[in-house]
Amino acid sequence: MSASADTLSNAEILERICDLIRPLNKKNVALAPDTTFADDLDLDSLTVMDLVAAIEDEFDIILPLNLLPDLETIQQVADTVEKILQGR
Amino acid sequence: MADLFDKYDPLIAERASLGTSDPDPLNIVLDEVFSETEAMVGGRRTILAGTNNYMGMTFHPAAIEAAQEAVADFGTGTTGSRILNGTYAGHRTLEETLKEFYGTAHAMVFSTGYQANLGMITGLTAKGDYVLIDADSHASIYDACAMGTADIVRFRHNDAADLDKRLGRLPKDAAALVVVEGIYSMLGDKAPLVDIAEMTSARGAALLVDEAHSMGFCGATGRGIAQECGIEDKVDFIVGTFSKSVGTVGGFCVSNHPKFEILRLASRPYMFTASLPPSVVASAAVSIRHLRNADNRRAHLWENVRRLHAGLKEQGFALGTKTAESPIVAVCLPDQEALFGMCRALLEEGVYVNVARPPATPNGLFLLRCSLNASHTTEQIDRILEAFAKAAEKFGLDLSEKRLSAVG
Repeated sequence: MSASADTLSNAEILERICDLIRPLNKKNVALAPDTTFADDLDLDSLTVMDLVAAIEDEFDIILPLNLLPDLETIQQVADTVEKILQGR
Repeated sequence: MADLFDKYDPLIAERASLGTSDPDPLNIVLDEVFSETEAMVGGRRTILAGTNNYMGMTFHPAAIEAAQEAVADFGTGTTGSRILNGTYAGHRTLEETLKEFYGTAHAMVFSTGYQANLGMITGLTAKGDYVLIDADSHASIYDACAMGTADIVRFRHNDAADLDKRLGRLPKDAAALVVVEGIYSMLGDKAPLVDIAEMTSARGAALLVDEAHSMGFCGATGRGIAQECGIEDKVDFIVGTFSKSVGTVGGFCVSNHPKFEILRLASRPYMFTASLPPSVVASAAVSIRHLRNADNRRAHLWENVRRLHAGLKEQGFALGTKTAESPIVAVCLPDQEALFGMCRALLEEGVYVNVARPPATPNGLFLLRCSLNASHTTEQIDRILEAFAKAAEKFGLDLSEKRLSAVG
């Protein structure tokens, strides 16, 4: 976790999330903002939940699992993380 | 329009690839049941080593007699919800029996253990609240989270420090419920409940412990892991089931919370389903009273478990836990083919165990899940061990390497 997490730009947040996804990217899909977790990356639900835990630890936030159905792309996750960081 | 079943095409293909040749592990029928430990399966007299019937109570004479009397006196079913016409004297007696067994002020009986978790977790929490669950939680806990409106946070399996870190991130004024199991059903591993209870209470959150797979044989009088750990005063809600050590079906929650009873008017999985039949609640109450003083059964069960665990380890099988932590002994296999091959070979040797595979299992493991009970004889344990040795030889399983161990 970075001490400056609260002031990160959306692009920086996106990049950090991509860093967390890379070890899980078994199909070596090119990571873009509109890359989807289920269809493009083919991540199963357990892997997605492990990724959520990693994102929580990276930004020192709570990212509730019940938000997952609405988060299909990397950009949507980055936007949600940004909103959570701004809200605290 | 599309066919609603199209989404199941991958599952249909996977099912087909597993074959349906007899004996078929995914289509087991018990044609006759001789006792807690033996049944007729596919024309073969078979030792049951995968039933969750831990305390061997399904044929207890007093429980059978109570069920027979209740069905004669009260009929075959209640045809109603607990909050309408579905609470009979027997349901009240069962709740009194649970209060006595656990030494709590309140007890609520649900129609299944699955519904007890649904009913408690959704009844206790709402929008704005937090539920923190162990990553390896049972499907009923995950489903309760999906059904409710609280925010859900998952922590690393059996990792109290990870739980504490996540509790520390919650808003200070929020209400939070931590949900763990005493024994986890797939690998049979035990929760570090002392640390979890301490951290949960230090953070001011409530703790719910599901003792489905620990009631009856853990703790001095069989109340479960919370009793064994001596931290019952730090547990706010204990959820349990009648479909394992109690030997019938149904679920429950016990608690000392002063406002507990209001859940009867708020918990939808409690309210909107028919209550348990009179015969079931009658046998459950008798069985629970016997569990309290069943020290000999408990001792024999643990002897059985240690014998099976040590024997399988000696044969070279990779097991889910380093030592015998529960009546569940999980044998880790390399893949689906080995899992189904071994299960079929065991059935041919007259031994039934469960097949368990992802996503029901943690870490993508393929498990032959054995669960023993207090009615198994030492001779039956030895026959199970013999069957494993023969099945491994028949299937050609390489037992020389320990690389499959789930616990390292």
